[in-house]
Amino acid sequence: MQVPAPFEYERATSVDHAISLLERLGGTARLIAGGHSLLPMMKLRLANFDYLIDINDLHGELGYVEAGPDEVRIGALTRHRELLESPVLATAFPIFADAERVIADPVVRNRGTLGGSLCQADPSEDLSAVCTTLDARCVIRGPGGAERVVSMEEFHVGPYETAVADDEILVEIRLPVRPGCGSAYAKVERRAGDWAVVSAGAAVWLDGGAIVDARVGLAAVGPNTTGIPAISAALRGREPSESLYEQAGAIAADSCDPVTDQRGSADYKRHLAAELTRRTLRRAVERARS
Amino acid sequence: MTTVHERVDTFHDNDQKPVGYGRMLRKEDPRFLRGRGRYVDDVQLPGMLHLAILRSPVAHARIVSIDTSAAEASPGVKAVVTGAMLAQQNLAWMPTLSNDVQAVLATDKVRFQGQEVAFVVAEDRYAARDALELIDVEYDVLDPVIDARRALESDAPLIRDDLDGKTNNHCFDWETGDEAATEAVFARADVVVSQDLVYPRVHPAPMETCGAVADYDAVDGKLRLWSTTQAPHAHRTLYAIVAGLPEHKIQVISPDIGGGFGNKVPIYPGYVCAIVASIVTGKPVKWMEDRSENLISTGFARDYIMRGEIAATRDGRILGIRTNVLADHGAFNGTAAPVKYPAGFFGVFTGSYDIEAAYCKMTAVYTNKAPGGVAYACSFRITEAVYLVERIVDCLADELGMDPAELRLKNFIQPEQFPYTTKTGWVYDSGNYEPTMRLAMEMAGYDELRREQAEKRARDELMGIGIAFFTEAVGAGPRKDMDILGLGMADGCELRVHPTGKAVVRLSVQSQGQGHETTFAQIVAEEIGIPPSDIEVLHGDTDNTPFGLGTYGSRSTPVSGAAAALVARKVRDKARIIASGMLEVSVADLEWEKGAFHVAGDPGRSVTIQDIALRAHGAGDLPEGIEGGLEAQICYNPSNLTYPHGAYICVVDIDPGTAQVTVRRFIAVDDCGTRINPMIIEGQVHGGLTDGVGMALMEMIAFDEDGNCLGASLMDYLIPTSLEVPDWETGFTVTPSPHHPIGAKGVGESATVGSPPAIVNAVVDALKPFGVRHADMPLTPSRVWDAMRGQARPPI
Repeated sequence: MQVPAPFEYERATSVDHAISLLERLGGTARLIAGGHSLLPMMKLRLANFDYLIDINDLHGELGYVEAGPDEVRIGALTRHRELLESPVLATAFPIFADAERVIADPVVRNRGTLGGSLCQADPSEDLSAVCTTLDARCVIRGPGGAERVVSMEEFHVGPYETAVADDEILVEIRLPVRPGCGSAYAKVERRAGDWAVVSAGAAVWLDGGAIVDARVGLAAVGPNTTGIPAISAALRGREPSESLYEQAGAIAADSCDPVTDQRGSADYKRHLAAELTRRTLRRAVERARS
Repeated sequence: MTTVHERVDTFHDNDQKPVGYGRMLRKEDPRFLRGRGRYVDDVQLPGMLHLAILRSPVAHARIVSIDTSAAEASPGVKAVVTGAMLAQQNLAWMPTLSNDVQAVLATDKVRFQGQEVAFVVAEDRYAARDALELIDVEYDVLDPVIDARRALESDAPLIRDDLDGKTNNHCFDWETGDEAATEAVFARADVVVSQDLVYPRVHPAPMETCGAVADYDAVDGKLRLWSTTQAPHAHRTLYAIVAGLPEHKIQVISPDIGGGFGNKVPIYPGYVCAIVASIVTGKPVKWMEDRSENLISTGFARDYIMRGEIAATRDGRILGIRTNVLADHGAFNGTAAPVKYPAGFFGVFTGSYDIEAAYCKMTAVYTNKAPGGVAYACSFRITEAVYLVERIVDCLADELGMDPAELRLKNFIQPEQFPYTTKTGWVYDSGNYEPTMRLAMEMAGYDELRREQAEKRARDELMGIGIAFFTEAVGAGPRKDMDILGLGMADGCELRVHPTGKAVVRLSVQSQGQGHETTFAQIVAEEIGIPPSDIEVLHGDTDNTPFGLGTYGSRSTPVSGAAAALVARKVRDKARIIASGMLEVSVADLEWEKGAFHVAGDPGRSVTIQDIALRAHGAGDLPEGIEGGLEAQICYNPSNLTYPHGAYICVVDIDPGTAQVTVRRFIAVDDCGTRINPMIIEGQVHGGLTDGVGMALMEMIAFDEDGNCLGASLMDYLIPTSLEVPDWETGFTVTPSPHHPIGAKGVGESATVGSPPAIVNAVVDALKPFGVRHADMPLTPSRVWDAMRGQARPPI
């Protein structure tokens, strides 16, 4: 049995309580939600924190998926399983269910959370790619209830590093809703439940026959999940076609920066970036049309 | 020889036999299903301390100094022990199962990442673990040898400078077969195919890691050791030799074991450390390694770099097989195999084919990697042998433009040739290969699969069909040939029938999930007519069971299964004499049926085995010269190994865009001779096939150039889940062993041996449109994609 170094533990009773604890304890403390990334790192002693603040009791406050006219709002403590089973997301953003089906396993999905996934900032993490694809806004709350809203590009500042300060909590993800949307996600993994070799999300917004906007987000091919503005620029105003997907795939392959590791060679990952970009765009367009 | 072949047998096949063979739910399952199994880590003793091991962070380094003072001062710490301290007691080194030595704790150098350097004993495992971080070791880092191909180069760093006069990293050379005769058949062959193959290093990764609880009683001098061992009796003797403790004062208890697969055959330094710690502290001491420790430091498997060559006539008659092997044995030769077989049973690489000549030359080397070499359900290296022959037979089929099934059928050893002596000297006891192969092809719908494949190829879809036909050699073994460190590989067995007709059978072998408590009860039941539910099977405690060499190499049923049948017959023979007295007829006038003796021609005059048991223990007279009681003990020495066989067919689909392999179907027809509990056999086969998918598609213990193990967690070392495997389609034929008392052959490792080549053959078959003739395991998407582009390369 792997055992972590000594730490102290407290259960937060509200978001404000959690923030007040963070204010006091600073960088020696870490929030724990599902814990499926944090606890293994602590047991391997790759992460050593003096304090854990358990926020699982805040699910009533931070666990929700709510549809508004302009945006879908998701509480940071919403579990993977709730995202997978959400009728709101199934209608608005089927990319979520695509991704959730290939995230870990049911046991992890019962406990892991959207906020935890994003805050872990693992370059291979699936929901970060989904949120990048959907141009999500991240709501971060700090001392005194002050809230700020950042884009995904701003949120992830490096591998395992986010814009959330030591005394702040990610509380909500906001996904802009625009008409004519279709979205999809695809992942290549060596085995069910493994981290992605490469994964890709795509979202398109159609008006009539033409692409009004399109976004592609890739995971596991760079220091953070990567949005590719050049693909958006290349697709806007065009009619969907196989040759257009080819072009987008080529841009994806050129734009990413994978490394060779046990999951695959950099060349293979670049190939997958193209292949999965094509596949997810094709599927996203089909969904937008149906 | 009788060969029966059917696809399935069903639960009701026990109807005709109220006792004995047939499908029966496992007797041990209620406790496992209810969480009532008792494993080593469940052992809690009063005052028990906990041990944690400090391991080397580097692959090769000289130890300059070790400062333990801060660790000793850490809260809860009772002792900190280094190699230098063990050396004072002459305990720093221990013998391995291959007559090499291995450091218990490093004294001079560390030789692989994860090697044991020091240990801490503390009041709980947290305190022990925390104190490890306070031990300050200064290392003088040396260049490591990671690539076995580099090991014998003149400028390679010397790993084993502990061995007198050692100047290189050579471990051993071994050869088998007839080199000149093989050269001759190759010289006159129409076709010769050569292929380089790598069987990468993999790990058994049992769910339960290794561990021990040592409890040394200084007053009566007795050591009780609960440990995760597949061979409790052999371990007891070796502890007696290593530690100098008298053998009668050592009790090794192997309780429920959460998977072995060969990983729990060796004696690991941790077990010895726990014993030392208990002696030093006077308290019981528990050591349970964590997952990373298990993966980086305990017995690995495979690591063979092979060249296979096959010679044949143009019309597909195989003439000869030749192979050259470079074997990576890691830093210490810890291979667990009979001593005369340093390459295990790799000599069966001629497979199931009647050929004219064969030759193997092997060189084994030391590298800066963990020791081990025989593990993961490999039947002493038959996994590697079967992979070699079944892969190069497929390469030959490709070269000849022949269907791989047809090529195999054309070259099988024929039923009338058994017992068949191979060109490397193995005597196959029985076999009837063609019906097994035909059944697998029929179950698969082989011709239809080939038609489907042709249609798919026309549409650029990638589908592959892979065949492997294996002959296993299990049940080690005859004591004239086989021993481990001088201990013969015969098995004892003891049976007692109680006065009320219930029985207890004591085995020398130990179950790690094989279902011994059920299978052995059924073997005894079949012979003596007491229902399996009335027979208690005891195993795993050296104070309460007869001596034997343990469970590995699929040897339990071939060796101890024979012992159980024979000891039951011995009891039945005595019961017959007692029955003759009870029925007042001569022994010759008695007939045995379904647990009772009756007078020949008068079935109404009978006594049951239960009646006899009561008489045997009762107050009444027994026939002259017969002692009371109804029990017997034997030691069974097998006259030969048993040779199960099987035909496996795998169907894969490959996504041409992502190169992901999906195992769509897998048909496994096994012939393990007499089948005792078909349900347990199928369970064994299912597990082995799943192992095969893991090895073929994802598993590998990889190292970087500095010798860092890249598979140190189950996030990095992938093992398959239910989502990677299809619904297994199993079938069977029955060709009993002629020399085994009940004709059984053993099946525990057949599927692990036979499935990897079937899967690899299927993947290579799918990639034929790209001109691929071979691709090494593990066939991850990235490596398959390389192969599709003509860039297949070895994994090491």
